[in-house]
Amino acid sequence: MTVAAARVPAASTPSFIGGMSRRAKVIWTRRLVLLGLVVAFEIYARFIGNPRLFSPPSAIVYALFDEILVDPRIRGAIYQAFTEVLVAYVMAIIIGLVVGLSVGWSNFGRRSFYPIVILLYAIPQVILLPLFVLTFGIGPACKIAFGVSHGIFPIIVNVVAGMRNVNALYLRSASSMGASNFDLARHVYFPHMVPSLFAGLRLGMTLTLLGVILAELYVSTGGIGYWTKLYAETFDPAPLFALIAVLAVMAILLNELVRIAERRFTRWRN
Amino acid sequence: MNDQANFTTRSIQVAFLAIMAGVWYGLTKTGAVTPLFLPPMDIVYATFMRLVQTGQFWSAVRVTLFTIAQAWIIAVVAGLLVAYLVTRSRHWTAVMEPLIASTFAIPLTLLFPVFILFFGIGPASKVAYAATYGFFPVALITIAGLNSVDERYLRAAKSMGASSFDTFRHVLFPAAFPVILTGLRVSFFISFASVLGGETLSSAAGVGKAISLAAELMEPARMYAWIVFVIITAVSLNFIVSAIENRRREY
Repeated sequence: MTVAAARVPAASTPSFIGGMSRRAKVIWTRRLVLLGLVVAFEIYARFIGNPRLFSPPSAIVYALFDEILVDPRIRGAIYQAFTEVLVAYVMAIIIGLVVGLSVGWSNFGRRSFYPIVILLYAIPQVILLPLFVLTFGIGPACKIAFGVSHGIFPIIVNVVAGMRNVNALYLRSASSMGASNFDLARHVYFPHMVPSLFAGLRLGMTLTLLGVILAELYVSTGGIGYWTKLYAETFDPAPLFALIAVLAVMAILLNELVRIAERRFTRWRN
Repeated sequence: MNDQANFTTRSIQVAFLAIMAGVWYGLTKTGAVTPLFLPPMDIVYATFMRLVQTGQFWSAVRVTLFTIAQAWIIAVVAGLLVAYLVTRSRHWTAVMEPLIASTFAIPLTLLFPVFILFFGIGPASKVAYAATYGFFPVALITIAGLNSVDERYLRAAKSMGASSFDTFRHVLFPAAFPVILTGLRVSFFISFASVLGGETLSSAAGVGKAISLAAELMEPARMYAWIVFVIITAVSLNFIVSAIENRRREY
């Protein structure tokens, strides 16, 4: 399903004819839209909405500094989730690259094993979550494993897709000049599959985050899941929204890092 | 030669499934894995057969299907509406498309506790959660589809006196239709997974709840019966949808 989503660039800005001023206008409108949303939310929560469900943004910011960031237990939970995402992501990249390269290496591998990968990708993995908890316990191992199992698929799929796009002539000429398999991977496959690889890495990051957070929310006896459950069940929206905001910022930063890396490595193409 | 290659790849895929089944059988029959983690296949099958005969099974399936349908319909209507409104001007497309796209890059699962807070643990929270997740692919892919319609068609329609709704009804929508269908498909599978996920996380009923309940009660045979049922359903749905798409492409 995400293969098709990958075809739509995550943040494609349509090209402008009008030049800078038009672009600036767009950026300022966007800021105004965001500001308007925050103000509308503030007014709604303060005067109309049920205070047990809605919390104005100002109260959320207050709760962020008064309840979330000062509590070492919550800070620990956030830090743990962050570490889990990083470890899971690194493992997903390594496993995804190894599997992707070995599946995509030959026509035979692509035709026989790629459909199996696609088949596995089609399974809604969230139903396996209880199984992961049974196997790995309720600690970080389960969340990392679940993050990895989500993150590897877009990486494998995009590595294989990227290798398919390499011109066979380059491969033949490189091997005729005596390139080893490693040389082929390093000097022919890698440079050509960079765009596709990074599309996979970006989606892989999104899905790793999804997997880790799903597992964190499922295990509600500790970590982030405990706190979100506590706040939701005691109808205390301000710290709930604050905690979610912290995690959303973490997700945005990690996504941005991947995108910066992508821009660096694909610059030579343009 | 092509048939030969097809035969080889098909047999490798069948062999893969056979090996998986063999590993499952071997691990459980030799006692290498306790039945608590992985019960033998025949027991899972027997449990599934018993499960299907209970009213419990069909009521859980009905709840889940109904939740998915509601969530998907809301996602599709909202997504198409937003895409239509946003693409009416280039300026608003440029303003809103990156906002929608970057929101979709955040794991929206984070909002799940908020939906529980708002709607409780009944199906309503799952509908809201899955509809939110399903909205984004419809909106983003439809925006992309509507934007890629050839400018000349629009100009031609306008020069022949079509109103903006006429243009949408007779030019934009039909031209972007294949792309929009992709959005609907992606959205369906995301809604499907989100409903199951929401039910697994926190719910009173449904298939996801049945799985997590079986896990909590340490009834692995029942859990595997459900899991295998969901996997087979999801994979068959995928096969059907891609078969339809291939047929259409040939056509």
